Amino acid sequence: MATKLPKTDVVIVGVGWGGGIIASELTKGGLSVVGLERGKERKTEDYYMVHDELRYALRYEMFQDLSRETITFRGNEKIKALPMRSYGSFLLGDGLGGSGVHWNGQTFRFLPYDFEIKSKTIERYGKSKIPDGMTIQDWGITYDQLEPYFNKFEKMTGISGDENPLGGKRSEKYPTPPMKTTPGMKMFSDSCKGLNYHPYHMPSANLSEQYTNPDGIARAACQYCGYCERFGCEYGAKADPVVTVIPVAKNTGKFELRTHSNVRRILHKGGKATGVLYIDTTTGEEYEQPADIVVMTSYVFNNTRLLLMSNIGKPYDPKTGTGVIGRNYAYQVLKGAGVGFFEDKEFNIFAGAGSLGMCIDDFNGDNFDHKDLKFIHGANISYSQTGARPIQNNTVPPGTPTWGKDYKAATVKYANRHINVGAQGSCMPFRHHFLDLDPTYKDEFGDPLMRITFDFEDQDRELVKFMGAKCGDILKQMGADKVVANTELAPYEITTYQSTHNTGGVVMGSSPDTSAVNNYLQMWDTENLFVIGASAFAHNSGYNPTGTMGALSYRAAEGILKYHKNPGSLV
Amino acid sequence: MANETEEQDLKDHKEPDHSRRNFLKNSGYAVGGLIVGGVVGSLLRSPNKSTTNNNNNGNTTEKAPANEAVNFNQALMHFTQEQFLIMEAATERIFPADDNGPGAKELGVAYFIDHQLAGEWGVNGREYMQGPFFKGETTQGYQGRLKRREIFDIGLQEMQNYSNKKFQKKFKDLTPEQQDTVLKAFETDEVKLTTISASGFFKTIFGSTMEGAYADPLYGGNGNMAGWKLKNFPGNQMSYTKIIEQDKFEKMQPVSLREHLPHS
Ligand SMILES: Cc1cc2nc3c(=O)[nH]c(=O)nc-3n(C[C@H](O)[C@H](O)[C@H](O)COP(=O)(O)OP(=O)(O)OC[C@H]3O[C@@H](n4cnc5c(N)ncnc54)[C@H](O)[C@@H]3O)c2cc1C
Ligand code: SF4
Repeated sequence: MATKLPKTDVVIVGVGWGGGIIASELTKGGLSVVGLERGKERKTEDYYMVHDELRYALRYEMFQDLSRETITFRGNEKIKALPMRSYGSFLLGDGLGGSGVHWNGQTFRFLPYDFEIKSKTIERYGKSKIPDGMTIQDWGITYDQLEPYFNKFEKMTGISGDENPLGGKRSEKYPTPPMKTTPGMKMFSDSCKGLNYHPYHMPSANLSEQYTNPDGIARAACQYCGYCERFGCEYGAKADPVVTVIPVAKNTGKFELRTHSNVRRILHKGGKATGVLYIDTTTGEEYEQPADIVVMTSYVFNNTRLLLMSNIGKPYDPKTGTGVIGRNYAYQVLKGAGVGFFEDKEFNIFAGAGSLGMCIDDFNGDNFDHKDLKFIHGANISYSQTGARPIQNNTVPPGTPTWGKDYKAATVKYANRHINVGAQGSCMPFRHHFLDLDPTYKDEFGDPLMRITFDFEDQDRELVKFMGAKCGDILKQMGADKVVANTELAPYEITTYQSTHNTGGVVMGSSPDTSAVNNYLQMWDTENLFVIGASAFAHNSGYNPTGTMGALSYRAAEGILKYHKNPGSLV
Repeated sequence: MANETEEQDLKDHKEPDHSRRNFLKNSGYAVGGLIVGGVVGSLLRSPNKSTTNNNNNGNTTEKAPANEAVNFNQALMHFTQEQFLIMEAATERIFPADDNGPGAKELGVAYFIDHQLAGEWGVNGREYMQGPFFKGETTQGYQGRLKRREIFDIGLQEMQNYSNKKFQKKFKDLTPEQQDTVLKAFETDEVKLTTISASGFFKTIFGSTMEGAYADPLYGGNGNMAGWKLKNFPGNQMSYTKIIEQDKFEKMQPVSLREHLPHS
């Protein structure tokens, strides 16, 4: 029997970016909040030994322990889904701060087009532009409505950047100036200008200069240490929940954080959430935490999985296309890319920062004409200098032997003599891409694993063909001696890292028939339950997700405070 | 916390108070003055061949030159001597010494792999190893029930078998060209194995060779940071703010994680 604890105003499931933002906003608003995080506590002092490529990048020190819980995957419904036994395609956050501690900090705003993708596509190209089975929909909110919340997230994190010439309108400038410009970035920028594109600095949560945010949190400037993605920042320069929102929540005296607390069910009665059931992973004891409001911030997969396991919301059925929980799973399409080799130029690419780079949006969203193209949307194209670490940095021209003397010589020669330009392709949802509970495989507690059914489509292959060529053009213009552009997209596979930009499953919208949550991320049919994260994205854009996910979190926080005063549907 | 154990390990680095010769005598490896096996032989090797210089301030009964570097890290936690010698020879073919600098053997790659197999990685400690096991599509990744240690045990034995069958010699005694033939046969699945995938095994040893060449020297490979020097990689410097905008390539003396702990 679970021990029943005293009731709290709000309980949060998972304390990463989403959980941290909710905790700080609600406690500032006077509510008592309990944060349940399955992993361990974290602090900047943990990172004295963090510049260790093997331990952090290849042995996945900071990520979820897959022996306890993983996902299963299949390319389509005819195949048996099998567990992701070791890491590959994406990495799952765990512990205080979640993935927010080992992210790169590339912090974009989705485009105005994204939020009204269906209407705008039909308006410009007609209904027939949307292929059979593609389930894009408007998000139930516009860019302009979300703009103040983007601004809030960027001020809290201190984003460094200059204005995107092709992005949505901004009410204010970025809080800090752009990051420094490396020779490679300058070459990319010059090349793009030569091609009449519109380069700008990648918006960065790494901090170009010392910054104090509106909550009074001061952070140091980034040192371009080159150990950013997959690592924690020993300077506290990278915006992460542990050095920004969580201390603010703690300072109110109204936030109680419980680590090693794995939530297994959302409890509900009569259409209302009553609390959560969780297990203390250090003792194995079960607890019930009652609350007036339950906020799920346990990332895309566990947001979806916990709802399905708790029988909340109508599960998605791919056969009929009805139901919502598990619907519109999407990812990122990254294979459109190029590499340029330089015979006589060496770059200091061992140095870098997670979001140090230049990019263009000339081929993102609907910023270009798709009339004669067999895909919609596009990609942000960028050169980013994140730190080329030696175990994983072995880029060689095609035709080089795969090991031995010549391989070694080529890896040594080109270690600092190459530049990668890549396209972060958007990913559209399809009727047969979805999340549900795996019928066979279980986590450490015997609960079913999340099952992903997903593959790349023609839309994605066309996009890669187009973007790969664009990347190649930019590299040629940059003066590379040899340019290798990838324009091919093989079936989706789970074994090589692509990106941790999983989206959908609990999507937002303006109708309960096609969405699980409204534009405050409030569940349509369980009003005191809020489900926050990129799980709310109805499709994935040609950008990293967290800027948009952070904006939605701030809006949800505002909604929760409103709801607490005045219960009922917020829309 | 992991850091604390590492610190403890460093403190415990003291030269044992018997000499290497005594060790050999006592351990029974030397049979009638005859030394069996390359590793045992290497214990008698001139110590300045060692790749890293650990603390050397313990008491020694033998009179060693004051600045003699002994690398106590170079002993085995998992491999048998036979396995170790195959590993050392194979990794040297994958990453050979050349004009650019040292190869896998000098960098200590086989010791690195041995040490890795002895720990969590060797038993897939943080990977999902629950059944049921099915074959699966290549897009679904490794679906076997064997752990890395077991895969290495089988794979190295199969390399030995293949060498014996094809060339009537042990892998370590083959010419470099013959060793390449064996490795290629594994890489391309020309070797037909039933228990493990030959090409999968090759990929694993290739991957761990690169790790051993370039991981921080604290793990036993990348001796003297010579792997990093090959690529002009500066290890881990605390800050690159000063050079990040600079056009000229910056060559620096690399720094390893050892510098991040106070050493008396
Ligand atoms: C290597 C890497 C690089 C990235 N780089 C970028 C980037 O440059 N730009 C960008 O925009 N995005 C990036 N991302 C993505 C970004 O990190 C995520 O979008 C963001 O962290 C999501 O926040 P979240 O709060 O939804 O989830 P998370 O940060 O994953 O937090 C979820 C938390 O919930 C906890 N949890 C899960 N289930 C339970 C449970 N049942 N009970 C209790 N707790 C639970 C987890 O332990 C975790 O702490 C990157 C991700 C990774 C992995
Ligand atoms: S690159 Fe900058 S933000 Fe990233 S970990 Fe290093 S110092 Fe921190």
